[in-house]
Amino acid sequence: MAKNKSKKVHIICLALCLVLVIAAVWLLGRLLQPKYMSGVLEGAMTAEYYNETQPHDVIFIGDCEVYENFSPVTMWEDYGITSYIRGSAQQLIWQSYYLLEEALEKESPAVVVYNVQAMKYSEPQSEAYNRMALDGMPLSKHKIDAIEASMCTDEDMISYLIPLLRYHSRWNELSSEDFEYIFTRKPVTVSGYLMRADTKPMTKLPNVPVLEDYTIGEACWYYLDKMRELCQSNGAELVLIKSPSLWPHWYDEWDEQISEYAEENGLDYINLLPCAEEIGLDMQSDTYDGGLHLNVYGAQKLSKYFGKLLADKYEVPDRRDDAEISACWGKKCEDYYELLAAQKAELKEYGYLKSWTLGE
Amino acid sequence: MLFTSYGFIAFLIILFALYYIIPRKRQWLLLLCADVLFYACAGWQGLVFMAATVTVSWAATNLMGSSLSKQKAYLASDEGKALSRPERKEYKKQHEKKRKAIFILALVIDLGILAALKYTNFVIFNFNSLFSTDVAAVDWVLPLGISFYTFQTVSYVIDVYWEKVEPERNILKVALFTSFFPLLIQGPISRFGDLKDTLFAEHKADFKQISFGLQRILWGYFKKLVIADRLLVAVTALCGDPATYSGAYVFLGAVFYAAELYADFTGGIDITIGIAQVLGVSVRENFIRPYFSRNIAEYWRRWHISMGTWFKDYIFYPLSVAPWLLKLSKKARKSISDGFGRKLSVYVSTIVTWFLTGLWHGAAWNFVVWGLLNAFFILLAEEFKPLSVKFREKNARLTSSFGYRVFEILRTFLLMCSLRILDCYRDVAVSFEAFASIFTTNNWVQAFSGELLNLGLTAADYLVAGIGIALMFTVSCVQEKCGSVRELLWKKTAVPYVVFGLLALAILVFGAYGVGYDSSQFIYNQF
Repeated sequence: MAKNKSKKVHIICLALCLVLVIAAVWLLGRLLQPKYMSGVLEGAMTAEYYNETQPHDVIFIGDCEVYENFSPVTMWEDYGITSYIRGSAQQLIWQSYYLLEEALEKESPAVVVYNVQAMKYSEPQSEAYNRMALDGMPLSKHKIDAIEASMCTDEDMISYLIPLLRYHSRWNELSSEDFEYIFTRKPVTVSGYLMRADTKPMTKLPNVPVLEDYTIGEACWYYLDKMRELCQSNGAELVLIKSPSLWPHWYDEWDEQISEYAEENGLDYINLLPCAEEIGLDMQSDTYDGGLHLNVYGAQKLSKYFGKLLADKYEVPDRRDDAEISACWGKKCEDYYELLAAQKAELKEYGYLKSWTLGE
Repeated sequence: MLFTSYGFIAFLIILFALYYIIPRKRQWLLLLCADVLFYACAGWQGLVFMAATVTVSWAATNLMGSSLSKQKAYLASDEGKALSRPERKEYKKQHEKKRKAIFILALVIDLGILAALKYTNFVIFNFNSLFSTDVAAVDWVLPLGISFYTFQTVSYVIDVYWEKVEPERNILKVALFTSFFPLLIQGPISRFGDLKDTLFAEHKADFKQISFGLQRILWGYFKKLVIADRLLVAVTALCGDPATYSGAYVFLGAVFYAAELYADFTGGIDITIGIAQVLGVSVRENFIRPYFSRNIAEYWRRWHISMGTWFKDYIFYPLSVAPWLLKLSKKARKSISDGFGRKLSVYVSTIVTWFLTGLWHGAAWNFVVWGLLNAFFILLAEEFKPLSVKFREKNARLTSSFGYRVFEILRTFLLMCSLRILDCYRDVAVSFEAFASIFTTNNWVQAFSGELLNLGLTAADYLVAGIGIALMFTVSCVQEKCGSVRELLWKKTAVPYVVFGLLALAILVFGAYGVGYDSSQFIYNQF
């Protein structure tokens, strides 16, 4: 009898211990996971999407050429277009696909804009970028599929699902930021747009290397097909674009293949590179890194141009009359201009964006 | 499948669950399937060699067994009883001869596979060096744990031949004994007589045993991942560049390596024994806190016990009573001196045993020299034993004091560290040079003025390793004084769960695994 009682107590203790260990693993995982609240902000972007309260008529997906180059606030102010950029650094097409698949479960945009720059990568590239794109996704089939498709050879699924297994070695580099943002993080983007108000004029672009093979990989076409079918089944129009960033170089051979694909499948493909003049881009004042990405001024110009296209050609509705939506976007505009003012003040004080440097 | 891989953890969880779900009669068969799966992960070629060893050993032991049964049955029959004494003797002799032939054939095949796969390149290398030839090295597969499973199987064949154990009729059971996966990687080298009853038995889930097993597995992972794999970084840096890291660094490297090897090997054995315990299988201990040894002989009675006893039982004892060696001793007693003659058989047996022990550790001269140096110090201690006894008698108070005990422990520890330099550098000449530099190069100040932080470990890493070692030392002290720590904790119901919960978290946070770390194979896997 006493033996049985003791056994029961042991079982209860074991169960309690297991629960506490699991809770501690979760908590430590949250603590040790990088917060991306200063320096490299891109890692915080994926998770921000889940804070959105209103649906969007346009969803942008892709890499830095969307989240640095398009300003949803400008499109809202000028055309009443509600949009969100589900972008992340070096977002590969399968990541774009699963992020979109997840988004389309939550909302029904009229237009999905995909920037094709990442079509040049047909294989997983870097663990660091994978993490920045995927860590912010909540656990779901989309996330698991995205991880499966993205993992480099030396990666494992379990460390994506239990972040402590990946980030445990950060125990000796924890900072106050890790404790401050353990449960909630401050937004780093406005509707997915990552603002940069500084300017670094384009001087000379690097030489364009000759490639051995210009063929776009099978995996990219596979996911582009999937993306097309997904948009079709969700009643969204898929628009392929090439953002007007001058570097990395966009080869004519790639452009031809994308154009052919678009034509074959009845999609629109808009290469914005030749439209730079029409957009009004001046790479002496509209880029913050010599032509790779646009700064806020360039992004505003591009968004005015592209917003018009969305409104005229794709008939994306003007939502400025909707009080609820207007209130939500009013807040976004407020955040946008606050951020712009803060960056301007920083530039005035230091001559550079101090908040974008890693701890200097 | 590395013990430290996520795949292995998943494999264990599934195995543990299935083991207690399926009918108990089939448990041993499930273990065999798990062994095959585990082994196949390391390459199917290894399975072929292991199957050959199993088949040969099973056939040989059964042939020997049936010959013995036949002999006994015949001699017990009326016909046998009717034989005269010389006829009975002759009949017995014939059967013994047959058994001996089978026995030798089995040993030749089992050890031949090991020798061919493990030592061919060593022979080629030495042949090329000696005769200035250019025989190409072979690229043969070295099956996982071949030294361990071969020794285990050979001990079974010998024990059957010596009539210590009955031969097992079921080849699948022999296969399970040979391939039991927890023991396959680094032992303990178990005996058939010890393992058969527990391995093939039906096991009911015993909460306490399972809990103890899991706790031991955790403790093993703590030692391996938090201490050993962290120190490995510094040891690799120190031993990888003997030209830069001489003098004090050699000493520090040897001490680090002592801690790393202990944490690695005992950690691995803890995982092994823990897994077996969860499965209800009892396996003998392989370590009894060897760094508390007061002399080299005691050290070898406490370190890698299963290997030591294997060599003692199957090499040292048989050799020391071998007729040819006894004859040689007799001759030496007459022609040289009585004392020398009496010691000769022990000397020869010790040297041969340690030569083979060195060779077993690896097909390289550094291991051979390491083995022979161990023999040298063991025999030296034996020679000085009368003096030591006299000294102890004269200074009983001093030698029984705590301080003297600490001195003896430190002396033994440093001696073993020095010998292991041969293992660190894997080159005899470099090892001796490095050892000499401890006494000729004075760079202690440089070593402790920040240079240790250039070895790939941060100050925080040293701190974690230090705390880990301190914990390991404390546990050893408690074990030395009070026995099993888990038994002590078990009485305080909630405490073991808190302790092992914290241990699990410590492994998860401070373990050297995942991205940025190269969680290494256990050191003894290579032997």
